[in-house]
Amino acid sequence: MDKMPAWADAVLVPLISILIAAVLSALVIAALGMNPFEAFRLMVEGALMKSSGWGYTLYYATNFIFTGLAVSVAFHAKMFNIGGEGQAQIGGLGVALCCLFIPWPHWSLALIGATISAAAFGALWAYVPAILQAKRGSHIVITTIMFNFIAAALINYILVNILRPSGGMEPATATFPEAVHLPTFQDMFSTADNVLFRGSPANITFFIAILACIAVWLLIWRTRLGYEIRAFGHSETGAKYAGISPVRITVISMLISGALAGLMAINATMGEAERLVLNASEGAGFIGIAVALMGRSHPLGVFLAALLFGFLYQGGAELAFWANIPRELITVIQALVILFTGALDNFVRWPLERLFLATRKKGTA
Amino acid sequence: MSDPSAIDPAIELKGISKAFGPVQANKDISIRVMPGTIHGIIGENGAGKSTLMSILYGFYKADSGEVWVNGQKKDITDSQAAISAGIGMVFQHFKLVQNFSVLENVILGAEDGAMLKPSLNKARGSLKHLAEEYELQVDPDALIENLSVGHQQRVEILKALYREADILILDEPTGVLTPAEADHLFRILEGLKREGKTIILITHKLREIMEITDTVSVMRRGEMTATVKTAETSPEELAELMVGRKVLLRVDKKPAQPKAPILEIENLRHTDSHGVERLKGISLQVRAGEVLGIAGVSGNGQSELLHVLGGMTTATGTVRVNGQEIDLTGKHSDGQSRRARGIAHVPEDRHHEGLILDYTAWENTVFGYHQAPEIQSGLFMDNAAIKTEAQAKMDRYDVRPPDPNLAAKNFSGGNQQKIVLAREIERDPDILLIGQPTRGVDIGAIEFIHKEIIRLRDAGKAILLVSVELDEILSLSDRIAVMFDGQIMGERLPDETNQTELGLLMAGVTDTGGKSAIAAVDAQLHAKEAREAAQHD
Repeated sequence: MDKMPAWADAVLVPLISILIAAVLSALVIAALGMNPFEAFRLMVEGALMKSSGWGYTLYYATNFIFTGLAVSVAFHAKMFNIGGEGQAQIGGLGVALCCLFIPWPHWSLALIGATISAAAFGALWAYVPAILQAKRGSHIVITTIMFNFIAAALINYILVNILRPSGGMEPATATFPEAVHLPTFQDMFSTADNVLFRGSPANITFFIAILACIAVWLLIWRTRLGYEIRAFGHSETGAKYAGISPVRITVISMLISGALAGLMAINATMGEAERLVLNASEGAGFIGIAVALMGRSHPLGVFLAALLFGFLYQGGAELAFWANIPRELITVIQALVILFTGALDNFVRWPLERLFLATRKKGTA
Repeated sequence: MSDPSAIDPAIELKGISKAFGPVQANKDISIRVMPGTIHGIIGENGAGKSTLMSILYGFYKADSGEVWVNGQKKDITDSQAAISAGIGMVFQHFKLVQNFSVLENVILGAEDGAMLKPSLNKARGSLKHLAEEYELQVDPDALIENLSVGHQQRVEILKALYREADILILDEPTGVLTPAEADHLFRILEGLKREGKTIILITHKLREIMEITDTVSVMRRGEMTATVKTAETSPEELAELMVGRKVLLRVDKKPAQPKAPILEIENLRHTDSHGVERLKGISLQVRAGEVLGIAGVSGNGQSELLHVLGGMTTATGTVRVNGQEIDLTGKHSDGQSRRARGIAHVPEDRHHEGLILDYTAWENTVFGYHQAPEIQSGLFMDNAAIKTEAQAKMDRYDVRPPDPNLAAKNFSGGNQQKIVLAREIERDPDILLIGQPTRGVDIGAIEFIHKEIIRLRDAGKAILLVSVELDEILSLSDRIAVMFDGQIMGERLPDETNQTELGLLMAGVTDTGGKSAIAAVDAQLHAKEAREAAQHD
């Protein structure tokens, strides 16, 4: 076999990619006249060294886990779901309707209801591109991108004209009732004399995200459906030979993908904002693509990559706050990480592969 | 050199070695090809023939060794260097621009200047000259997509000759040709040889080696095991040199004892997604305990026939299995419902259909049967049980290496085919559809697969065999049906026919009596080209 060991592929390649991105970021920061080590210290301190920092990091990570899983499931069926953004926003509409119009007696029941509703709305938004791809061959990348814009316009219209409370000045729904308030990490882990995660948005949805990781792993590698999804992803003609319907797999995997993206809204809309606002997904749908690429479409990889991007989001915000660094630079750093872990994957992999082969040949000779 | 009067070899390779990672594709290979001869290189798939020729043509760089052309040491770094050294290559998969004319393809990459007109005129003259000299007639203004495969191959040869190649390498040139086209190709090669050109013919077909080459080199597992004069060897000896042990080239079988018809096909029609009718009213019967062989040049509807019967695509007409009609509309049936009706399918293309190459061997052993209740446990698939069963199957079918956790792509062609066969046969089907059972399979495995097919026949199964290898059809079939252009041209019994008659039927000639039939072949081929051209418009 002319390949390097699996551990190197899964661990070494992303690590080296991150390292290169970090070095380049450091150069950019240095060029702006700031000490990059100081900047890194600020990021780590703000994101990881105190519990409230963790509270933000994990909140962002939760969003990215859902959207990363969404992209991963579609990837396994060889589809590029760029529509996580729109699916998450429509999922938010599902959460808002569920929370505003059903008088829930307890948050736990509301959480179950909102989960179903968010998943259903997200799946619905993925269904139209899926059926167009399956029956008409309209490319899923194009249609899901367009559906992002349609979703944004639709949410805008609904917030301004339908769900905005009378007298409200901004395009947002009313705040959800107190009964559907989800327990935050602060509620869950603080004791009387030691307040943890103070004021941070991380909430119980993080554990739902972990459950989603496990569920996706079981689905893809343990069930018949996962077997069929992967088979279809590897070879469409092979799927046809085996009697696996391409239409059915295309639609089902996009429904699952959309549902996972929709679930992000529980975290952002129900857990954090507690009302539906414009652009509630905040780009997490797109970050999900980088997370899935970096995590090799494996739930464990997605989880770790989501943590990294959570750290970058929170650390970046801290950096912009404490240092004399423009906020846009944070976007540059994040873009570098995406560039190296996602787009320039082979940039690192090929030399590394050659290196492994060279050392192995020496070993056998 | 001991003989001072000896001329320099056209090609001499000295100690060529090439490794891909841990795989040694070529090991210390030395070979001398004298000018004006046809030199065959024969070996199983993966023996390293193509790698060696790729080194000679500058696609790969050898790890060590030297290339000498006409007595001079050459450093062939890319195909441009090979061309300027006078080496031309005709690839198995043609490298032609489909919507360019023959002339445009010939000058592509060999234009004389920024304006095309002078080059085209020059090429037109030289093509005319070459055509007269070597029987290489082809219309210079025809578009490639409207040419038959045989004519496309002539364009590839013309391309090499236009670049003044003295040494021509042909990689598996007859794989896509009818017997008549192959004969024509051999006449062309003979002509080139008479003019002093040197030809290297890479093939895995023993018959071609015996028919046309002067000397032959045998490769096995990256090594050159022998170079002999063709006149002084025999197919049996070559086969033994290729495999490393004695092989049975004939299939040992008793006469068939057919019983009731199990598969009945009536007036089967299929139109593809481009609106071209691929099956034009096929009617066939396969009885229990017999092998019905479908002969034909690839692309005449055999693939579509297998796809329809295997449930991969739709058709009109009637198909009965054990007397019961099956659904052809695709509304109530797919590959899985066909399997439930007792139809097993070993597809022609195991890389894209029969296997998921990225799946492990054990995952592939249930592919298409993954819905079977006995391999489920609750919501999940019972992976442990599938793995155990896969291990047992791999042992029974002698799949090497016997590791169920290895990805299918890491097995050799023969072992991949054994995995597919094991999966399809072990379900005890009534009907076995089997397409190109030994394509890309090494000789050792061919013997095993042929025996397995005959064993199934003797166990009372109905077997529909599709193959483009006439030898295979003749030696395995109890009846032979020949397909041409989506129709059955006729049925023959293997004892009462021969390669020539089948070859004519494969070219669409039903009157196989007189001598004029040969001429009729060309007419038919041209008619077919014209028809296809019309369909494109």
